[in-house]
Amino acid sequence: MSVAPQIPAPQKATLEQHGAKAHSDGGWDASEKGFIPVQTRSERFSSVLHDDFPAVTGQEVDWKLSPVDLLRPLIDDELDGSEYELAAPDAVGAVVEWVPRDDARVGSAGKPEDRASANAWSSTQKVLSITLSGETPVALGVDRTGFGSTPRGAHTVITATKHTSAHVVIRSTGAAHVVENLEIVVEDGADLTLVSLQEWDDDAIHLASHFAQVGRDAKLTHIIVSLSGKVVRVNPSVHLSGEGSSAELYGLYFADAGQHLEQRVYLHHEAANTKGRVNYKGALQGAGARTVWVGDVLIGRQASGTDSYEQNRNLVLTEGTRADSIPNLEIETGDILGAGHASATGRFDDEQLFYLQARGITEAEARRLVVIGFLSEIVQKIGDAALEAYLHEKIEWELSASASQGGAA
Amino acid sequence: MSVLAVKDLHVSVETEQGTKQILKGVDLTVNQGEIHAIMGPNGSGKSTLAYSIAGHPKYHVESGSVTLDGVEVLTMSVDQRARAGLFLAMQYPVEIPGVRVADFLRTAKTALDGEAPALRPWIKEVNEAMKGLRMDKTFSERNVNEGFSGGEKKRHEILQLELLKPRFAILDETDSGLDVDALKVVSEGVNRAKAATGLGVLLITHYTRILRYIKPDFVHVFVDGKIAEEGGPELAERLEDEGYDRFLPNSSESASASVV
Repeated sequence: MSVAPQIPAPQKATLEQHGAKAHSDGGWDASEKGFIPVQTRSERFSSVLHDDFPAVTGQEVDWKLSPVDLLRPLIDDELDGSEYELAAPDAVGAVVEWVPRDDARVGSAGKPEDRASANAWSSTQKVLSITLSGETPVALGVDRTGFGSTPRGAHTVITATKHTSAHVVIRSTGAAHVVENLEIVVEDGADLTLVSLQEWDDDAIHLASHFAQVGRDAKLTHIIVSLSGKVVRVNPSVHLSGEGSSAELYGLYFADAGQHLEQRVYLHHEAANTKGRVNYKGALQGAGARTVWVGDVLIGRQASGTDSYEQNRNLVLTEGTRADSIPNLEIETGDILGAGHASATGRFDDEQLFYLQARGITEAEARRLVVIGFLSEIVQKIGDAALEAYLHEKIEWELSASASQGGAA
Repeated sequence: MSVLAVKDLHVSVETEQGTKQILKGVDLTVNQGEIHAIMGPNGSGKSTLAYSIAGHPKYHVESGSVTLDGVEVLTMSVDQRARAGLFLAMQYPVEIPGVRVADFLRTAKTALDGEAPALRPWIKEVNEAMKGLRMDKTFSERNVNEGFSGGEKKRHEILQLELLKPRFAILDETDSGLDVDALKVVSEGVNRAKAATGLGVLLITHYTRILRYIKPDFVHVFVDGKIAEEGGPELAERLEDEGYDRFLPNSSESASASVV
């Protein structure tokens, strides 16, 4: 019997198969009833006054993925805005001081865009000011330990003065129930790396809005690392306002059972010839582990020559987790070098595991290698060997803790 | 002497069109120190044989056995098979972002030996093996297979073969995509590994070219999921001249015989 070669009939591709369906976060389908055109990101309302914002229902675009019920005290209650405990060893070129809220530096990088951020703004009595300057590179570490469990507001202004090169690590540990604003001013020609490391106690609740202005030919490397806390929501808004400025925005998060880790990133290319790179990577393990990443990139009318790319990758390690990943790209000028975005959320790559196991490495060890490798792309950006080694250890610890959790389940 | 024995192996794979039989009764015995070339046309199931022995989850063994010195391999996990002494040099090695070659090699060696190799002699051994394969020293600092050229990937596979010292190695189309210079370098690596440890080799290839550099003791022609003909090195020479046509169903003699 001769067998004619089978030519498989072309598969009819459906939109569903390609994921080319309406976005689940809605509002994109013009035929929808009650359609409201998507607002340009830069036109979002901002104010420093709590009462200027309507009460939060939990349906708003910027709150609907957050556990609002747990955040009520921070959104609406009176907040303790006094100084809190911190340790900042002296560093050459760095001045760390408490200043009154009417200091001229306050408000130089941005204004609140939500009710919780405005609540913090109007509640804060003392603002932590960090000024970085000088000819030699500055390295500063700030340890924040003393927020305590009563609801607090906090405000920080970091200023990298003209042509200063600085590396700042803000590490937060202990109990916290805090909403804060953090302003970052990178003056012309300055080069600032800011690492914001969240290692809170398991029941901590932390809302943060970061506002950054990056001046002419200046560079900001902004890295968020969130490893623990009940709810940690850090939203950086970075404005490339000076010509030739650039920003690299990185994030690393590892959500365990019952943790909600959220980051809403906004990168605004305002001036010409600016460059932006956004890369966030997360791992989720354990029942109810939840992450949210929203990446808004806006390329403004004046931003000719923009080069921009944003991506988010999530590695789902167990059942019962949820990762939201929503990249948005708005382009108001066609005269750009390039702009792109990518998002992927997936389980372990079986081929990677097979490759490692085929070399004798056990499945558990292979998984460990793959996760650490996946996250190390971000760790490698930190630019501080001791901190990088520390984070690798922390990730190992997270993995072993989660593995034993999984074993018990 | 170690023996790898494949007996009446039937393997299927799930496709969108349903279950597809790929291996239809493979019998093969490889003794330690022997080189067996498995040759055959595309789609004949050569790679399936390689991955089934290594334990890739995509392939379902329906019946038959694979034993290593009489011990059933098919019930072992992928990593247990490797620790038992099997090695698969892959045709398309995957990238593993963020995992450095140096760390990967040491982790694998530790897993196979049950203890970490002493650091200084190990580094020396790695460096010498890399030198033998004309690999730059910086190679060990790169992430596994990430951004490697086709030739670099194959060298990296053979580097592992030399360092991990298996009893039996399956080389899945290690020659494909290599230019002559790279092919020579890679073949020398295989020959070095064999001289050093006396391993048995199952060399899977579509072309006879690599057999000029790695001399087979036996040649098996693989067609439609089983071995259609076996012989010595002279069989490879015949295939070089005639190709696979006489084994294919639409060639003249088999076609006339198969008219129903």
